[in-house]
Amino acid sequence: MDVIETEATLAERLRDAQGPIRVLGGGTRSIGRPVQGEALSVAGLSGVVDYEPGALTLVVKAGTPLQQIEQTLAAEGQRLAFEPMDHRGILGVDGTPTIGGVVAGNVSGPRRIAVGACRDFLLGVRFVDGAGRIVKNGGRVMKNVTGYDLVRLMAGSHGTLGVVSEISLKVLPTPETVATLTLHGADGERALAAMTRAITSPFEVTGAAHVPGPDPAVHLRLEGFPGSVEYRVQQLKFRLSDLGEITVETLPERNVELWRRIRDVEALQSAYALWRVSMKPGAVYSGLLPALEQWAQCDTLMDWAGGQCWIALSEDEAVSLAEAHGIEDAAGGAAWLHRNLQEAVADRQINQGGGGHATLIKGPDALRATVSVFQPAPAPVATLAAGLRQRFDPQGILNPGLMN
Amino acid sequence: MEMPEPRPEILANKAGLIARLQSVLSRDAVIEDPAETQAYECDALVAYKCAPLAVVLPSSTEEVAAVLRICNDMGIPVVPRGSGTSLAGGALPTADCVILGIARMNDVLETDYDNRIIRVQSGRTNLSVTGAVEEEDFFYAPDPSSQLACAIAGNIAMNSGGAHCLKYGVTTNNLLGVTMVMMDGTVIELGGAHLDAGGLDLLGLICGSEGQLGVVTEATLRILAKPEGARPVLMGFDSNEVAGACVSDIIKAGVLPVAIEFMDRPCIRATEAFAGAGYPDCEALLIVEVEGSDAEIDEQLALILKIARRHSPVELRESRSAEESARIWLGRKSAFGAMGQINDYMCLDGTIPVSQLPFVLRRIAEMSGEYGLDVGNVFHAGDGNMHPLILYDANKPGDLEKCEALGAEILKLCVEVGGCLTGEHGVGIEKRDLMTTQFTHDDLDIQMAVKDVFDPKWLLNPAKVFPLDVSGPRRAA
Ligand SMILES: Cc1cc2nc3c(=O)[nH]c(=O)nc-3n(C[C@H](O)[C@H](O)[C@H](O)COP(=O)(O)OP(=O)(O)OC[C@H]3O[C@@H](n4cnc5c(N)ncnc54)[C@H](O)[C@@H]3O)c2cc1C
Repeated sequence: MDVIETEATLAERLRDAQGPIRVLGGGTRSIGRPVQGEALSVAGLSGVVDYEPGALTLVVKAGTPLQQIEQTLAAEGQRLAFEPMDHRGILGVDGTPTIGGVVAGNVSGPRRIAVGACRDFLLGVRFVDGAGRIVKNGGRVMKNVTGYDLVRLMAGSHGTLGVVSEISLKVLPTPETVATLTLHGADGERALAAMTRAITSPFEVTGAAHVPGPDPAVHLRLEGFPGSVEYRVQQLKFRLSDLGEITVETLPERNVELWRRIRDVEALQSAYALWRVSMKPGAVYSGLLPALEQWAQCDTLMDWAGGQCWIALSEDEAVSLAEAHGIEDAAGGAAWLHRNLQEAVADRQINQGGGGHATLIKGPDALRATVSVFQPAPAPVATLAAGLRQRFDPQGILNPGLMN
Repeated sequence: MEMPEPRPEILANKAGLIARLQSVLSRDAVIEDPAETQAYECDALVAYKCAPLAVVLPSSTEEVAAVLRICNDMGIPVVPRGSGTSLAGGALPTADCVILGIARMNDVLETDYDNRIIRVQSGRTNLSVTGAVEEEDFFYAPDPSSQLACAIAGNIAMNSGGAHCLKYGVTTNNLLGVTMVMMDGTVIELGGAHLDAGGLDLLGLICGSEGQLGVVTEATLRILAKPEGARPVLMGFDSNEVAGACVSDIIKAGVLPVAIEFMDRPCIRATEAFAGAGYPDCEALLIVEVEGSDAEIDEQLALILKIARRHSPVELRESRSAEESARIWLGRKSAFGAMGQINDYMCLDGTIPVSQLPFVLRRIAEMSGEYGLDVGNVFHAGDGNMHPLILYDANKPGDLEKCEALGAEILKLCVEVGGCLTGEHGVGIEKRDLMTTQFTHDDLDIQMAVKDVFDPKWLLNPAKVFPLDVSGPRRAA
C-alpha cells in the first residue's frame, strides 16, 4: 500500500496515476460498493495544524486519528459536537479511525438533531482532485460565503471527488452536566410521541433514540450547566409523565456509555446486512416500519428522534427471504429487501412527500457489488452528480464506482 | 466596475423575446417598459445601476421553468431576484438580461410542527416564515438584519447569516430541501424533510451559489421551538483589545451565547446621537445575549458577568425587564441607520479569526487615517464576522473610488490574517475582482467547473462571483 506523507506527494501521486485508486484513511469505514484499485492511504498526513480554543476552531491534517483530536480537545474542555459514530463495531474491523474518514462519510451521531451533522461543523477543506490539483475551499473562520461551497460537497462524497488533505472544524465546549431520561416500555407510536414532544419542547434535547426489543425504551439526553439540566429534566419528565414510567440517569460514565452504544448501533452489530434510512420521523413510523413488517423480520433502532432508522437483517432471515422469493442465496435475499427499502423510501405515499434515502452500510461484498448501495437519484440529479465527478476526477480514478 | 458588453443581437430582438415571454405568462407578469424596468436597476448596493431588458414575475415553478426554457433557447442571460436587498450587487442586472423576480411566489406550502419543518415558496420573506409559525411558539432561526424585506430565495443564494447564528448557524445549517429549476427548464428536488443527503450533498452546493446554478422556487426549512426567554447584558471596555479578550474568555468558559455583538467608539457615538439608547461613551461595547428559563439565564449571565469583571469593564448593564432588553438592543439595531444619517456608507463583511480582532481593528483605524475616511465597526464578534462601515460622500467627486480602495485594502487584510472576503453578504460584483487575493487559479477553476455542469452556457446571473478575465474563456465558449 502507498502511504502518503505530504500533500505535495499526494498531488504528484494522483497526477501520475495510471489506474483506479482505493483511497483509505484508517480503513475503518468501508462503506459503498467494493472498489477495485491500488490502495492509497492518507494516514501519514497527520497532525494538528492549528487549534484556537477561544475561537472554537481546529485545523488538522486529514489522516489525524480521531482519538488524538478528541484528546486534544478534551484538554481544553471542548469536543466534536456532532459526535461521529465509530463504525468498527458494526463492520467488525480493527484500525484507527481518522478525521478524513469522518468527513468523507459525513459521519455524525445522536447529537445531529440538536447541533447539526459533520458537514455543519466543517469550516474548510484542502483536497487534491483526480487530476492532481491542490484545491482549497472555505477557510478556518466561522463564517465564510466566499465563492461556491465545495466544503459541504466534499463531506459525504466518500473520496470520489477528491482526496481530502486538510480539514478545518468548528468545535464546541463540552457541557458540565449530562442527564438521560428513559421512558420504559414505549414502542411504536408512543415512542414517536415521546421523542416528538421532547424535540419540539424548548429544552434543547441533544439525543432522542428509541431502542425496541423485549424491553423497549426511549432515551432522551439533556446537557448543559447543572442547574439548567436539573430544571429541564423536571420539565420534560412532567411533559412525558402520561406516557409511562420514567427514570433519570445522571452518572456521567453511564451516560457516556449509553449514548456510545446508541451512536455505534451496538445492538445491531451481529447483522448480516444493515441499512441506515433517513426520512422524517413521522414517515419512518407510519410509512416505513409498517411496510418493513410485511416483508421481513428485522431488528431496528431509531435515532434522531426517529429521523434515522437502522434496520438489521440476520443471515437466517436473509436465507428465508431467498427461499420465499425463489432467489439463490442469502445475499440474494438481502438484495431483495434492499430494493424494497429503496423503492419504499422513494415512494411519496411512504415518505409523505418528504424524501429520504436508504443506504446499505454493512453487507457481504457479494451483496454490495450487486446493488445500488446508495439511494439512486432521479435522472436529472444523477446527471448533475455524474457531471461533477467527471470534472473533479476526469480519468475516473478516485474510488471508481463506490457511490454508483 | 467592469461589466460585459450587452449583446447587440439580444437588444435588437427585444420584441421577439417579449412575445415569447408573454405567451407563457400573464400580461402583468412581463414588464418591458423602461420606466418600469428601472425599478429593478440595482439592489442595496446602490452605487451600481443598470436597467434590465425585461422583468418577469412568475407565479409558479412551472412558469419559472417556461421562462428559463425560452431564455436558454434564445441565449438570454437571466438574473434571479428575491427582494433586492443584496449588499454585494448580487442581483445587479445587465442591459441584455431578463430579471426573474420571485416576489409573487410567497405561499406557505406546508407546516409540520411534529417534524419541525416548514415548506415555503422561495419569494416569502424571512421574517414572515417565523410569522407563519410563531403562534405555535416556533421560529426560523437565521435572522439577517434585513429580515423584514429579504426573501428566503436570496437567503439561500447568499447563505445569509444573522445576529443569532453563533448558536443556530446560518442558512445552510437550517435548509433541508429545495425545488430548483435548471437553466434548461428542468425541475429538480434536492434534499427534503430528512436530515442528510443520500448521495452527493448538492443541496449544500446550491446554498451560497449566488443564483448562478439554478432558480430556487421552493424550500423546506428547519423550524425550532422558541426558547422560554432571552436576556442581554451590555458591557463597555476602554480598549478593543480587552473587549476582544473578553469575547474569547466567554467562549472558552463553555457558555454559548446566542449572540455576541461588538461596537467600536465611532459607531457608539453615531448611534448614541441617532437613537439615544444611553450607551456609555467608551472604546468598545459588547452585547451578549443568552437564552433559557429565568433561572437558566441567571446561571449563564452570572458566569458571563464574572468573566467580564476580570477585564475591568467601564460599564456592566444587566437587563432586568423586557424594556431594558429592548433598550440594550436599540442602539445595535439602529447602527446602520445611524451611520446612514451621517453619511453615505459602504458596509464590508470580511471574517477574521477571532484572535486577530485587536490587530485588525488597530490596522483599520490606521488605514482610515491614511485615506481620510471614517470607519465605524459593528459586528458579530463571536464568529469574527466584521462589518466595517466606511463613511463617504457620494456627491464629492472621487470619494466613492477612495472608499472602494479603502474597502479593498481592509478585505485584503482580512484574508492576510487568515480570514475571508465575505462572511454572509456574498461576492456578487462587489468582491468579484478581489477573489484572486483569496483563491488560486486552481481553487477558482474547480468552482467554475461546477458552474459548467449546472449552467453550461453561463447564462445564469452573469458577471458575478468570478473575475471577468478569469471566467472569460468559459463565457465565450
Ligand atoms: C440593511 C441591510 C441589512 C442586512 N443585514 C444582513 C445580515 O444581517 N446578514 C446577512 O447575511 N445579510 C444581510 N443583508 C444582505 C441581504 O439582505 C441578504 O444577502 C439577503 O439574503 C438577500 O435577499 P434578497 O431576497 O433581497 O435577495 P436579492 O438581493 O434579490 O438577491 C440576492 C442574490 O440571490 C439571488 N437570487 C434571488 N432569488 C433567487 C432564486 N429564486 N434562485 C436563485 N437565486 C436567487 C440573486 O441572483 C442574487 O445573487 C442586509 C442587507 C441590508 C440592506
